[in-house]
Amino acid sequence: MKIRRIGIGALALAAASTLVLAGCSSSESPASTSSSSSIITTNGSEPQNPLIPTNTTETGGGKIATSIFAGLVSYDADGAIENDVAQSIESDDKQLWTVTLKDDQKFSDGSAVTAKSFVDAWNWGANPKNAQGAAYFFDNIEGFSAEEGADVPELSGLKVVDDKTFTVQLSAPEADWTQRLGYTAYMPLPESAYDDMDAFGENPIGNGPYMIDGADGWQHDVQIALVTNPEYNGVRKPVNGGLTIKFYTTLDAAYADVQGGNLDVLDQIPDTAFETYESEFGDRAVNQPAAIFQSITIPQYLPHWTGEEGALRRAAISQAINRDEITKVLFQGTRTPATDFTSPVIKGYSDSLKGADVLKFNPDEAKKLWAQADAIAPYGDTVFDIAYNSDGPHQAWVDAATQSIANTLGIKAQGKPYATFAEALADRDADKLTGATRSGWQADYPSLYNFLAPNYQTGAGSNYEGYSSPEFDKLLEEGSTATDVDSATAKFQEAQEVLLKDLPAIPLWYQNVNGVSSESVSNVVFGWDSVPLYFQITKN
Amino acid sequence: MFRYIGLRLLQLIPVFFGATLLIYFMVFSLPGDPIAALFGERPPPQSVIDTIREQYHLNDPFIVQYLYYVGGILTGDLGTTYSGRPVSDLLGQAFPITFRLAMLALFFEAVAGIAVGLIAGLRKGKFFDASALVVSLLLISVPTFVVGFILQYVFSIQLGLFRTTVGPGAPIQDLILPAIVLATVSFAYIVRLTRASVADNMQADFVRTATAKGLTRGRVVRVHILRNSLIPVVTFLGVDIGSLMVGAIVTEGIFNINGVGGTVYQAIKRGEGPTVVSFVAVMVIIYMLANLLVDLLYAALDPRIRYAK
Repeated sequence: MKIRRIGIGALALAAASTLVLAGCSSSESPASTSSSSSIITTNGSEPQNPLIPTNTTETGGGKIATSIFAGLVSYDADGAIENDVAQSIESDDKQLWTVTLKDDQKFSDGSAVTAKSFVDAWNWGANPKNAQGAAYFFDNIEGFSAEEGADVPELSGLKVVDDKTFTVQLSAPEADWTQRLGYTAYMPLPESAYDDMDAFGENPIGNGPYMIDGADGWQHDVQIALVTNPEYNGVRKPVNGGLTIKFYTTLDAAYADVQGGNLDVLDQIPDTAFETYESEFGDRAVNQPAAIFQSITIPQYLPHWTGEEGALRRAAISQAINRDEITKVLFQGTRTPATDFTSPVIKGYSDSLKGADVLKFNPDEAKKLWAQADAIAPYGDTVFDIAYNSDGPHQAWVDAATQSIANTLGIKAQGKPYATFAEALADRDADKLTGATRSGWQADYPSLYNFLAPNYQTGAGSNYEGYSSPEFDKLLEEGSTATDVDSATAKFQEAQEVLLKDLPAIPLWYQNVNGVSSESVSNVVFGWDSVPLYFQITKN
Repeated sequence: MFRYIGLRLLQLIPVFFGATLLIYFMVFSLPGDPIAALFGERPPPQSVIDTIREQYHLNDPFIVQYLYYVGGILTGDLGTTYSGRPVSDLLGQAFPITFRLAMLALFFEAVAGIAVGLIAGLRKGKFFDASALVVSLLLISVPTFVVGFILQYVFSIQLGLFRTTVGPGAPIQDLILPAIVLATVSFAYIVRLTRASVADNMQADFVRTATAKGLTRGRVVRVHILRNSLIPVVTFLGVDIGSLMVGAIVTEGIFNINGVGGTVYQAIKRGEGPTVVSFVAVMVIIYMLANLLVDLLYAALDPRIRYAK
């Protein structure tokens, strides 16, 4: 009897220890064989979708897609375009564009990059049937349709002339159309992609400076290993041996890895390290404005926030927020107070637009404007709230901003957290907000137009809170159809002066790009899009 | 005995369906359109959203969606994530890592916890006992992420003894530090449980009898005190297997481990029904199997407990 009992106990113990041992033995790591010393490691996140350029609209996948694909142009550190695959992109009327490709352009599998590689890829990406997230980037090309379920295999505006030439007919002239061609949506695809696009997205073949390191290069949720693509001969020729992008779920872990020498380049700093990263990393730390604009938006459909009363109140709120103090104290200088609706890294940015004074902290003026609005209709005890998604890092600054507003105007103000981004978005989309909401924009390509049109044009996709101004729309239209870039910029600035009067969104600050790199690499320069120019980083 | 085990295993079936139905309903009720949220603040044309919603049956009523899911399971298909990856791949990737981490943590907390608790209990009121109580209280009150960051900073960044985060494939040597972090709180509880139980049994009649019989102290401690003291500890360990498997989100985040906790958290944020439900269903089964194991261990440890035929 007793022996049997011990027997069961021993059995259970043995079973438990076998489990532990089994756990141990199955842990043989698939050691990375390609541990070349000149591979740069950096942080990233698992792409949201298979790596099909026209379906890659978020930063995790975008970082990889721009490394393994090369478009007609690419951007230098300041966001200026340089021809990459294109030899020339020309137009007399800025509406019919002729694109000529360079000689000897190849995908990493050796097949040629031709005019057809671009035209087919754009046609495929624009076809509503294929439901691509970036399809709307082709909406200014003639023949574009967004009709649900429609099968539009070809855009009438795209014509292949010969192997190295194609033409693009836009639906209206656009002076800075070439500026957007470095965005991932405009990449070429090899012929083989169309057989099975999903399989292609798992193992994409591109024409960029890097290519995926063999079939096991992409370990989902862990990392993606890229090596230099010998076929690439464009302007981004890598000086290192490759790039391994490790996927992190928290920035803290990535930061610890740079500190511990396990990661070479980190392009974002966790807010827990805002105070210390510059002293710790010295000149290997970067803090410069980026193409990320942050604001709060007060819906046009709320009582007290329309017409003249609304305009007065918006201006009062704007001048009641102490941007300098919040960016300095709370963000430790990792944000730059806003002076317009775009970003300092964009060509055409101005810090002296007419009416930009409304973005300065001015408690007396704020109180005066608020009182004037109260004379029209008293605001009473209504709480002014700012909605935000608490799964992002927003609570601290929303609390600071509402505090600043409450103290200055003597009203009740507070944050209104939503558990998830999806939940917050649903209320914005359904016009169900009870007050302001956080809003913001990260540019897809470096252009004023890309900040203004999607957010403030009447009926535009990201114009959730329903702003509509015929004056603004007209200036935007004039700017986008101007035939030279300078007069386009002038129109866009004028359009922003309208926004400064109406304040459809109240600009707060530009997010800076904050990055650090370890001692084992040098020549780390961050591009306009907050992503380091990986190709020019050298390993010491 | 075997009939008992069989019955307990049969119970898994209704629990599985009940749990999946409930969880599926909860994910279904999450506010917001998961597909619209995929695109952030730059919505694609409505046609794109509609096409994708169609693809994942999101326009169908709840019960139809659930039946699609159950139908998939019966044919061995757990569905896909919104990025098109099979959920079974995610399961196969996350569970082995978390399992390894949890077993390692369980091993640490059981061995160290019982050892410290036993010594403290035998020397009740002495210096070792007092310090064990203070240290365990400290470990219980300090949040896991603090312990995690401190150990990571000291042992990985400063001393360079371990990798700062877990490398590809999660090799066992990388998991040692995270397992220790994960084990700290439970370790403290086990110390206290063992100590109290051992101190209790020291006063028991059967221990006095055993000592009076002239048994060696070692035998008295091993066979009479320790074995009788382990019952509450084993209960705790059994429940802990479950929470170690699912409650490691914080530790997983600090050490960048692609385990169950993080995967489920991300899936909940994305509103990805099939992923959440499949993971939770596996967790429920693990929980129930762990409980069954605990109940069987009772019988091994305590002769008074018998399971009826």
